[in-house]
Amino acid sequence: MPPGDHVTKPVLEVRNVTKFFGDLAALKEVSLGIRCGESALLYGPNGAGKTTLLRMLASLARPSSGEVLFDGKNIEHDGANAKAAIGFVSHATFLYGELTVRENLKFFGRLFGLSGLEKRIDAALEMFDMRPREDDFARDLSRGLQQRASLARAFLHNPDFVILDEPFTGLDHQSVKKLEDLLLRLPQQGKALLFSTHDFEQGAALARRLIALKAGRVRYNGPLDIAPFKSLGIVRANGQSRDE
Amino acid sequence: MNSFKIIWSILAKDLRVEWRNRETLASMCVFGLLIVFLFNFAFETAREETLRLLPAVLWVAIAFAGVLGFNRSFASERENACLEGMTLAPVDPSMIFVGKMLANLLFLGIAEVVMVFAATLWFNFSFLPALGQLLLIAFFGTLGYAALGTIFGAIAANTRMREVMLTVLQFPIAFWILMLSIDSTSSAMRGNPDGSWVGGVARVAGISVIFTVASFLLFEYVLEE
Repeated sequence: MPPGDHVTKPVLEVRNVTKFFGDLAALKEVSLGIRCGESALLYGPNGAGKTTLLRMLASLARPSSGEVLFDGKNIEHDGANAKAAIGFVSHATFLYGELTVRENLKFFGRLFGLSGLEKRIDAALEMFDMRPREDDFARDLSRGLQQRASLARAFLHNPDFVILDEPFTGLDHQSVKKLEDLLLRLPQQGKALLFSTHDFEQGAALARRLIALKAGRVRYNGPLDIAPFKSLGIVRANGQSRDE
Repeated sequence: MNSFKIIWSILAKDLRVEWRNRETLASMCVFGLLIVFLFNFAFETAREETLRLLPAVLWVAIAFAGVLGFNRSFASERENACLEGMTLAPVDPSMIFVGKMLANLLFLGIAEVVMVFAATLWFNFSFLPALGQLLLIAFFGTLGYAALGTIFGAIAANTRMREVMLTVLQFPIAFWILMLSIDSTSSAMRGNPDGSWVGGVARVAGISVIFTVASFLLFEYVLEE
């Protein structure tokens, strides 16, 4: 990273965040940040706290203790800038079944106050090959097509921080390839990418940083190529293990 | 200006969804008509009894039809976590509240027109002599009730027994609006025997404005987990 970048580029971070659901701690004292130009894979077993962490960064969940900061400001009190800068895809599509794909995008575009909305919608639909299905009701789409429409919604406002929770869910091979190509280009465009997937090899091919979560704690947060895979319980397809 | 655009976007979206499935308004009207009809069938009323009974019949019908509408209003938001999706946008949560409340107010208002028209026929009673006063009472009573329905609808949407929860949560508080609305409607229909009509309207307007402002201010906390 060139000198001075840490001053000019905004950072999305969590500081000492703990999140309880009843008595269950989904996240325990988690601190990490992601900066524009970075690509990070969030990896861990079921129940590790990945979705909770991503939802928190997207300002959909509040920490029980600790802070979520965007550009040094707590998003709980000053969240508008963070929301404008974040594109989020989760397990839920956030699409209205009674609206067409284009109408859904138009609605969300208006909430974001976007100018040149029709052109942006065209570009987002094009990005995920949804032009032929733009006038279909969201309820009539298959899970994979709904996921593509949801991705189009997340990229509509050209966000600087792209946060994706299991983005490949339901996608066919061609769509996966297209999304992978898109995600690979994001850091080069100065955007931050943070995503989770259960396919480690797929994720590793797209990210340069690994954040490994287990039982709500960060087990590793650093460059992916020097990660201690064995102690993290990660078996690479090529048998690579840095611990040995 | 931007706030108006956001409110309009949410309202227009709700109108479009309703136009497509025609579920909310139809169920509200049918349910309201059924209540008015049943009361008319059960009580063969003379004029004095109509004056005593009709305000309560109408507001009970409005209250129950409203609950149906508020539940439906948040059913589409619950599907695919759309309400959560709206909060991803840099939008003041109170704008979401206003947009949803206006949609609820509009649907309930249309259902009221249908119910009042039916009541006019079935109870053989004309509302025309006090129409202006009754319109004001209906507007403010419906506004406060729709505001409560919107905030409690959002709360109940995240609970397991949401249909029951909305009624259980909303009615103890909506009780005050309904009581004052019934009282003022009754007084208006009788030609305001206690004097000026302003007091009745002012009471309904006052409590409705209080509940509407409180709901407006509290809505952002409802959207949080």
